[in-house]
Parts: sequence; structure tokens; C-alpha cells
Amino acid sequence: LGSYFDGSQSGPFTGNRSVSGRWPGAAGGSPAGFLGLQTSSFTDFLAAYSPGLLPGRVSRTGGDAGISPAVRDLPHATTIVAAVCEGGVVLAGDRRATLGNMIAKRDVEKVFRSDDYSGMGYAGTGSLGIEFVRLFQVELEHYEKMEGRSLSLEGKANRLASMVRGNLGAAMQGLVVVPLFVGYDEDSGQGRIFSYDVAGGPYEEQRFYSIGSGSLFARGALKKLYADGMSADDVVLACVQALYDAADDDSATGGPDLTRRIFPVIATITADGFRKLSEAESEQVAEQVVRERMSLPDGPSAPLRNG
Amino acid sequence: VSMPFGYVSPAQAMRDKAEYARQGIARGRSCVTLQYQDGIMLVAPNPSSALHKISEIYDRIAFAAVGRYNEYENLRKAGVTYADITGYQFDRHDVTARGIANWYAQTLGTIFTESLKPFEVEIVVAEVGARPSDDQIYRITFDGSVTDEPSFVAFGGQADQVSAALKERYADGMSLSEAFAAALAALSTAGNGEYTAAQLEVAILERARDHRTFRRIRAARLEELLAESRPAAESSDGDGSGGEDSGAPGSGDAPGSGGATGGASASSEGSASTPAPPADSGPPTGPTPGSSDRGTGLSGGSPL
Repeated sequence: LGSYFDGSQSGPFTGNRSVSGRWPGAAGGSPAGFLGLQTSSFTDFLAAYSPGLLPGRVSRTGGDAGISPAVRDLPHATTIVAAVCEGGVVLAGDRRATLGNMIAKRDVEKVFRSDDYSGMGYAGTGSLGIEFVRLFQVELEHYEKMEGRSLSLEGKANRLASMVRGNLGAAMQGLVVVPLFVGYDEDSGQGRIFSYDVAGGPYEEQRFYSIGSGSLFARGALKKLYADGMSADDVVLACVQALYDAADDDSATGGPDLTRRIFPVIATITADGFRKLSEAESEQVAEQVVRERMSLPDGPSAPLRNG
Repeated sequence: VSMPFGYVSPAQAMRDKAEYARQGIARGRSCVTLQYQDGIMLVAPNPSSALHKISEIYDRIAFAAVGRYNEYENLRKAGVTYADITGYQFDRHDVTARGIANWYAQTLGTIFTESLKPFEVEIVVAEVGARPSDDQIYRITFDGSVTDEPSFVAFGGQADQVSAALKERYADGMSLSEAFAAALAALSTAGNGEYTAAQLEVAILERARDHRTFRRIRAARLEELLAESRPAAESSDGDGSGGEDSGAPGSGDAPGSGGATGGASASSEGSASTPAPPADSGPPTGPTPGSSDRGTGLSGGSPL
């Protein structure tokens, strides 16, 4: 299973560079080479120009000997939740990165703006996730500048899918990273959620979704708390409740840290664009949740019978 | 020593190429880039709303070009690629207008010497800094010469005239509408009459913005600016009108921009050699005139 990310297959834009360069001196990375290597996809450009810069390019040596302990002991990012709200979508993530049964980092951020109307979070190998986010951000901006328009939301989701698929080789050697992509669809005026597996995707999710080690608990919580047509503020609260429940039952997910003032990263994406909640705002929501749990440790309960 | 048949001396070949490129560039309309209070403004007459002369290169860097569309579009895309790869490899802060201007200079220089047909383009790369004194405006000509322009620059088309008119009206620390009025008045001296919103392409680099500072000014906002600039433009039309048909700037306080016949070479000399107006010193704006790199090609004319 090769892809142009690991060099076993040539990318769509690799080819013979001295042919694509317009001047004899343009071949082989000289500055004029950019003139012959233009594409609206930054990832494809990178694959042709400097493939070593692509995330997840690991050497194939020892690849058959199973997952090396060195790879297994990399920090892993954990739980991300997303839910559609009235006129947009909310994305939130806990702050913990784990290293086996150790806590590698307490204040890691894994929810990011990918462009004005979309955002992403990731679960899995931390270092690879960071590179993924950076590459995807540049990918979207590059397209926008080259073509003079943004990609459609589906276009962005599909683009991310091919990037995830490109990482399959590395994923099979243990460097797994899976994103959760959300965005505001300017055509329909609604928020949308796309999930992925290691082989790509995207799978469009309805209403709410969660990824990462605590995702089962978070999704269970959201299932009971979520209602259609909730306002952004309510969905933010529901997401933080879900993250609390995930942290409650999953050791790899971090809950709100009141002593160190570390709270979930929360972002809303609406017609006004991507907005990351300020420290003070997320602190307020997190403190409210913790306060309520003092009397009800399992959180709000859903009615058993309707009506 | 007998010369082979059809021999053209390198000096002659370079002169011919330069002449060819200059004529191509002078055929178009001028474009203007200038500092204002809150950033940098770029204004170009452009009837198309889809084929841009002014574009975003990076977070704080804009691109403006005149000449042949296919050629400068190619350069624009290459510039975006250069900026994106640099920012991805290092950090977003490591992408600078100076780096991009240098890259354009090398590329255009190589094309000018190595290829049969030179690019008929002139480019401006502008970067908005944290303070007005950190703003940078670079002008790159078809042969790869770079000039570091303090405060403002007019290029392409009747660059001499427009530059002289802009120099008269430019002042440090102008507001957005004042700067737009100055740019519009300067562009109008090239004898194309009044511009409507549909004929103009306007963009700004907004200093105070985070992340991407490039914004296009379109439709309603542009109409608004046009309406604001009208009274100002009319009152200043009186002094500028003398230069319209004669082809030379009306008032005599622009010493460097005498011969309008010199085309692009004279214009580069004129705008680069004139120091920023010292009298109205509000905030310190733009690099000092002494720091401007005059390049190698155009100002002297001899290497061509």
C-alpha cells in the first residue's frame, strides 16, 4: 500500500522536473522552479518539491518487524467532541496527552482553526497531528490564494480525506492520527461534521460526534444531552458535559483542571466565522459544570419517559 | 575578424529586449501603492472583477502588477507558492516581503537574460509592519531590478505623471479615504477621466488585523469611498489638470520626474530619488530615502 507520501509512488505532480520547469536552469529546486511547479494543492506541490516535509514520512526499514517501542511511546492526544448547533457547529477538546499510562502533557491543544469557516481536532500521535493541522491549514489557504475562492466544505473534507489516506503507511507502523473536521456550510447555512478513519473518509456525521479514547463515553453523554435546534451556548455546555463524562470514565482524557486553571479548548463556527472561546469563557463553562457535579456527580439526567 | 552573419551584440540584444518590455508595460494603465494611517493601500484601474491585478501573497504581504496578465499571474502564483513553502518550512513570521522581492528579482533577472522574450511586467510587493516605519514597498521591474520605495509608488502605464501627481498629494498618516482620494486623483492625471467603482480594484493591508491582513474593498464600501473622495478630487483637479494633455506634470516641484518621454526608466529614477516630504512630520513613515536599493538595471540604463 504505497502513496506519494512515503515515496513508494510518484505523486501526480512529480514527473520530470526539468520538463515542467520552463527554463533550463529551472530544474531541481532552483528558485525559478516554482514557476513550473504550480498547483492549487499545496500538498501536491510539497510531494513534488520537497516530499520529506510531508507528515508521516517514516523510513520503511524495520517496518515489517512490528511497531517499534519508540513509536508506541509517543504522546497521544485523546478526546474531541463536535455537535451541530443552531446556525453552526461547536468543536471542543480536552487538554490531555498521554504516553502509555503516563500523562505526557496537561495543557495540549488539539482543536484548531483550519480556515475562516472550518476547524479541526485530532486524536492520535501528537507530533503527527500537529503537522497534519499545519499542512491542512496551508492547504486551504493556498488553494484560496491560488484560485481566488475558498474550497466548498465538501471539497475541504475530501481534501483532508486524501491527506489522511496518504498517511496510511505510517499509520500501519503505529503513527496513527485521525482528525475530526467541522465547518459552516455557507450554502445551507448550517454546521456540518465529518469524521475519518486511518484509511481516509470522509464520513458525514449527523448532529454530534466524538473521536479519541474517551469518545464512547462522550458520545453516550451527548446522546442524552443533545436536542435539535440547541443554541450555540447550550451546545457548548453539552460538549463540556460530555468531555467531563469522558474524563470521568477514561483515564486518558483530562477533565477541567481547577487547580492549574486548564480548561477545554472550545470553538464555535457560525456565519460569523471560526471563533475560539477565550480562556475566561471556557473557564466559566467548565466551572459551571464542575459546580453542578458537586451535587450531581453523574451530571444532568435525561427524562426516562417522554411526555 | 569576420562577424558571423546575423550576429547581434549582447548589448544590442539587451537594449532591444528592454525596449520591447518597456513598450509593453507603458501600454497599460498605472497602478498605485501607498501607505496610509492604518496600513497600505493598493489601487489599480481594472474593469474585470475576476482577473485581479492586486492579490494576497501572505499574511501581511500583498502583490500588485501591471503588464501582461498571463505573465504576472504566473509570477503571482509562484510567489504564493514561495511564501507558503517558506512559512510551512519555518514559521509564518519568517515570510518577508524582502525575501519575496528578492526571489522575484532573481526570477525576472534570469528570464530577462536567458529567454528570448522578456516578461512585460512590473511588480510591487508590499508588506505592512507592526508600525508605519516597518512598512515595506518593493518595486521589481522586468529586468529584475529592485527598488525599495518609501511611502508610495506608482508604476506601469504613465508612471511618471501618476507618480508626480501622487507625490504632490501624498502626506504621512493619511486616513483611508484621504489616501484613496490621493490615489484616485493621481490615477486620473493619466487622462482616463473619472473612474467608477466597477473600473477600480482596491485592496488594503490592515495593520491592526491578526493573521491575514489583506482585504479587498468592493461594492458598497468602494462606492462610499468614491463618494467621499469626490469633493477632494474635484478641488485638487484644478492644479492637476494642466498636466493632463501636455503629458508632463503640471507643477514644477517634482525635480526628478522631468522627461516623461523616458518611459519606465525615468519613472523609476523619479520616484526613488525623491525624498519623503520632510515638512509635515507626523509619525515617522517609511524607510529613509538613503536606504533605497536602486538596483542595477534601470536607474543607470547602462547595463542594458
